[in-house]
Amino acid sequence: MHVPVSITINGRQYSRDVEPRLLLVHLIRDVLGLTGTKVGCDTSQCGSCTVLIDGVAAKSCTCLAVQADGTSVTTIEGMAGDEGLHPLQESFWNKHGLQCGYCTPGMIMASHELLRCNPDPSDEEIRHGLEGNFCRCTGYQNIVRAVRDAAGSATGGAQ
Amino acid sequence: MFAPQFDYYRAGSVAEAAALLAEHPEAKLLAGGHSLIPLLKLRLAAPSALVDIGRIDSLRSIREESGTIEIGALTTHSELASSELLRSRATALAEAAGMIGDPAVRNRGTIGGNVAHADPASDLPAVLACLGAEFRVTGGNGDRSVGASDFFEGLMSTAIGEGDILTSIGIPTVDSACGSAYAKFAHPASRYAVIGAAAALVVDEDGSCTCASVTLGGLVPAPVRATAVEEALVGTRLDAAAIASASGLTGDALDADDVLGDVYASAEYRRSVAQVWVQRALSSAAARCG
Repeated sequence: MHVPVSITINGRQYSRDVEPRLLLVHLIRDVLGLTGTKVGCDTSQCGSCTVLIDGVAAKSCTCLAVQADGTSVTTIEGMAGDEGLHPLQESFWNKHGLQCGYCTPGMIMASHELLRCNPDPSDEEIRHGLEGNFCRCTGYQNIVRAVRDAAGSATGGAQ
Repeated sequence: MFAPQFDYYRAGSVAEAAALLAEHPEAKLLAGGHSLIPLLKLRLAAPSALVDIGRIDSLRSIREESGTIEIGALTTHSELASSELLRSRATALAEAAGMIGDPAVRNRGTIGGNVAHADPASDLPAVLACLGAEFRVTGGNGDRSVGASDFFEGLMSTAIGEGDILTSIGIPTVDSACGSAYAKFAHPASRYAVIGAAAALVVDEDGSCTCASVTLGGLVPAPVRATAVEEALVGTRLDAAAIASASGLTGDALDADDVLGDVYASAEYRRSVAQVWVQRALSSAAARCG
């Protein structure tokens, strides 16, 4: 069986016939070629596949593409605007919130969710808010600094 | 990981979902997918079809009606955790929902999917059993309401039968002299409950405990009431000494043969430390009474 899905990703509409078992992350990466979103653990623990579905963070390895039919999805490629990088991207850069960078797309989408729900988080709230995202390089210190920095300059902004 | 192939049908209403289930008896219901999709990917389940009920908006609400808080099966953990009604009237449920997984998981996972899956390491079954929840089921066998002790039949097993749909969960409302809480020993990586303890307490005007409900999850196949702890609390003033003394009876509720263990925490260890989490839940619940 193939099912038609129509999903807006980063403002552009895509229509495809997909197998029901196709995961959203595989639609994004393999079918549409948007490889910014990563697959890490593939078991909804590590958060590297985090995207926004209708503005709300979700783990795209644990969502079928058919479940996202008709929604508007934002991936890391959709964060930067015409004026340049998103404030969270700027902050991760400025505060060295990454080393290898593999977790970074998911980390930034999860940070966006955190600031959407809590625009002025404490360090402890940042750590709790990002507990579904694993980083194996930084020890998280600079990620917390980056999110704190971004909270001071903006509160999200991606659509 | 790729799930086995299955067909997919989207239901626009409960009646349509029931008809699809009747037409495809081997189909599984899909809500948020946070229990089912991992099972499919690990190939622990291979249904011929999924019936997606995730867009039936009438199943997504929290409202109070005639002495009951009625929670639609599609209500997400995020919605449970942030509900002012639950935070004030069924505190343990909001508290437990806020401890599930992480924010992105809580945005998609639903209360109905969670309890239908009945994972012993899940948080909500113990809390719902503690709060006296009733599970509303419709479908093949007609409409019925099932109490928690009958609903959770065992390891990943519930009273939901073939063709049935869990539509909502009702929790009896309580007066302001009640307090409830959930305390969890979370696995550090998965955030699943190694031990979960839920407590609900009622006190009279003098601060004396008139009713206690204490339920354990995480370390047993299905939620277990700690009746010895409950009985020891009634009549006390819920001071630290009374709570410590009653919590010490936690082991009586746990049949050593039933306690689950794994490489992270043995059954013996879990059974020994469960009383600590019962004590913490009781202390929080007592502080919320009045």
